Amino acid sequence: MDLFNNLIFGFAVALSLQNLLYCFIGVLVGTLIGVLPGIGPLATIAMLLPITFNVAPVAALIMLAGIYYGAQYGGSTTAILVNLPGETSSVVTCIDGYQMARQGRAGPALAIAAIGSFFAGTVGTLLIALAGPPLAEVALKFGAPEYFSLMLMGLVAAAILAQGDMVKSLAMVALGLLLGIVGNDVNTGLPRFTFGINELTDGIGFVVVAVGVFAVGEIISNIGGSEPREVFTAKVTHLYPTRDDLRRSLGPILRGTALGSFFGVLPGTGPAVASLSSYLVEKKLADDPSRFGRGAIEGVAGPEAANNADAQCKFIPMLTLGLPVSGVMALMLGALTIQGIQPGPEVMAQRPELFWGLIASMWIGNLMLVVLNLPLVGVWVSMLKVPYRLLFPAIMAFSAIGIYSVNNSAYEIYMAALFGVLGFLWIKLGFSPAPMLLGFVLGPMMEENLRRAMLMSRGDPSVFVTRPISLGFIIVTVLILVLMMAPAIRKGREKVAE
Amino acid sequence: MPSILTSKDFWGGVMLIAIGVAAVVIARDYPFGTALRMGPGYFPTVLGAVLCAFGLYLAARGARSSDAISGDWSPRALIIVPLSLVLFGVLIDRAGFIPALVVLIIGSSAAGKEFRLGEVVLLAVALTLFCVVVFIWGLGLPYPLLAGF
Repeated sequence: MDLFNNLIFGFAVALSLQNLLYCFIGVLVGTLIGVLPGIGPLATIAMLLPITFNVAPVAALIMLAGIYYGAQYGGSTTAILVNLPGETSSVVTCIDGYQMARQGRAGPALAIAAIGSFFAGTVGTLLIALAGPPLAEVALKFGAPEYFSLMLMGLVAAAILAQGDMVKSLAMVALGLLLGIVGNDVNTGLPRFTFGINELTDGIGFVVVAVGVFAVGEIISNIGGSEPREVFTAKVTHLYPTRDDLRRSLGPILRGTALGSFFGVLPGTGPAVASLSSYLVEKKLADDPSRFGRGAIEGVAGPEAANNADAQCKFIPMLTLGLPVSGVMALMLGALTIQGIQPGPEVMAQRPELFWGLIASMWIGNLMLVVLNLPLVGVWVSMLKVPYRLLFPAIMAFSAIGIYSVNNSAYEIYMAALFGVLGFLWIKLGFSPAPMLLGFVLGPMMEENLRRAMLMSRGDPSVFVTRPISLGFIIVTVLILVLMMAPAIRKGREKVAE
Repeated sequence: MPSILTSKDFWGGVMLIAIGVAAVVIARDYPFGTALRMGPGYFPTVLGAVLCAFGLYLAARGARSSDAISGDWSPRALIIVPLSLVLFGVLIDRAGFIPALVVLIIGSSAAGKEFRLGEVVLLAVALTLFCVVVFIWGLGLPYPLLAGF
């Protein structure tokens, strides 16, 4: 069987000593930043991205992916023990997880969160392996019009489904596209928006934008905010869930995994959407909904499975179509590009070790996380005692070194400072920066495909609606826009955002 | 009653209009081309117009009602954090890795609400040592630890 052989091949890649080591570093760093509120996977991956240049592409991607899903595990630890979401994905886990901890059942809550996440991670990994090859097969037939429409759909959906103001997110996508085309025009070589600055002819560096906005900008905004960092740690006594706990958790884990996988492939829906819908479903299905909010283990099991399944399935569109559906995936795409790999459906055929190695490493990484998290819970919690005033100078140091190491250019450091200020401004004005990053990554590709499509069709824009696949993407795009304008859904969305 | 001068949406809209207009004006120097053969000016002009449209909508919405920009931000951080990053850029080429890093760490620490000198010095020493070990010796980045002395 093909799938079986491919997975074996993947495990052979992932189990090499080097890749295992990078996987371990990834999940370790991921757990750490997951536990710590105030620093998320986006900033961390942006910061560490440049350091991976000297590493083989497979190892680099394995490590960056490990940071991402490791953060989901770490986030739940903080949510359960301290009632603070370490990551946005674990906001819902706070509700019942912390109540369980207060009742002296922190151990079972942590164990169920880990078991649920592991199960969801396993399913997510399998889904990528199953869905990846056929999707890539279809995508190989895409021409320029299909790619343009696909990117349009991805960007619009990402902006609209993301948390925050819809119009502002759409505007950020457009702004990102504009920033993305700074530099020499590919077709004519004409420098655009470079203001005569030599360094800008190659475009604005991806790392500069990502680190500037997501690390530096966040820091400026965090310093101003209040620091909600009281640690009132619950003691973890026994870890093992009872038979009753396991029986109650089985259904929620299965349903949470299904929900998370579904939301995972949708652009823009962050892990918070997946975990929240899982929570609502479990509450609705429960015999006694009043238990929720008072330490119901279902309220931990379902959402934790959902957010991990979501995190894994976000890789499907990125790996098979080259379409990033979230900020972190935009970073992964950037990592591939910087390594000299053109993202898209060809990756699977040309670099099978990358695709299958990454998938296998995710399963191994999930296993490591279970082992790493449960016995070491005490260590992670003690990390929470590190105050932010010691944390952010460290982030600044790693950011600066990271940016400088890309081109050994002080100029890029200055640009990052500028983007830090911009990022802060955007946060203050209520613009979420993640859609900008998606636009920024896709900007050049989108323009290129638009121009090629128009050349192909001899200037006839109907090419986008006469080719069936492209038409499909356009219809979905319009549908999403129309649906979101509908007042009823808009209200519901605002409710969820609260 | 929230005033237009503190409105998030209004200022957000103004920002978008400014960027959009600038993009369109600058892109006028680039050949626009035709729909068949799009010139380098085509895409940016369209994007600039789109930004203006979003900006106008937001500004109008903000003029009616909008959340106010929250006051919990630190002007100190807004100045010192980017400034210490710029200093890092200036120093790393001229003075070397260690001075640039120390200035960055102490500088950005000064942006925070609390600044305890002893603690910050300790942090600077420990963090710089860590970075030298990991990045220079471990990963082999080719930067002089001290330069120009």
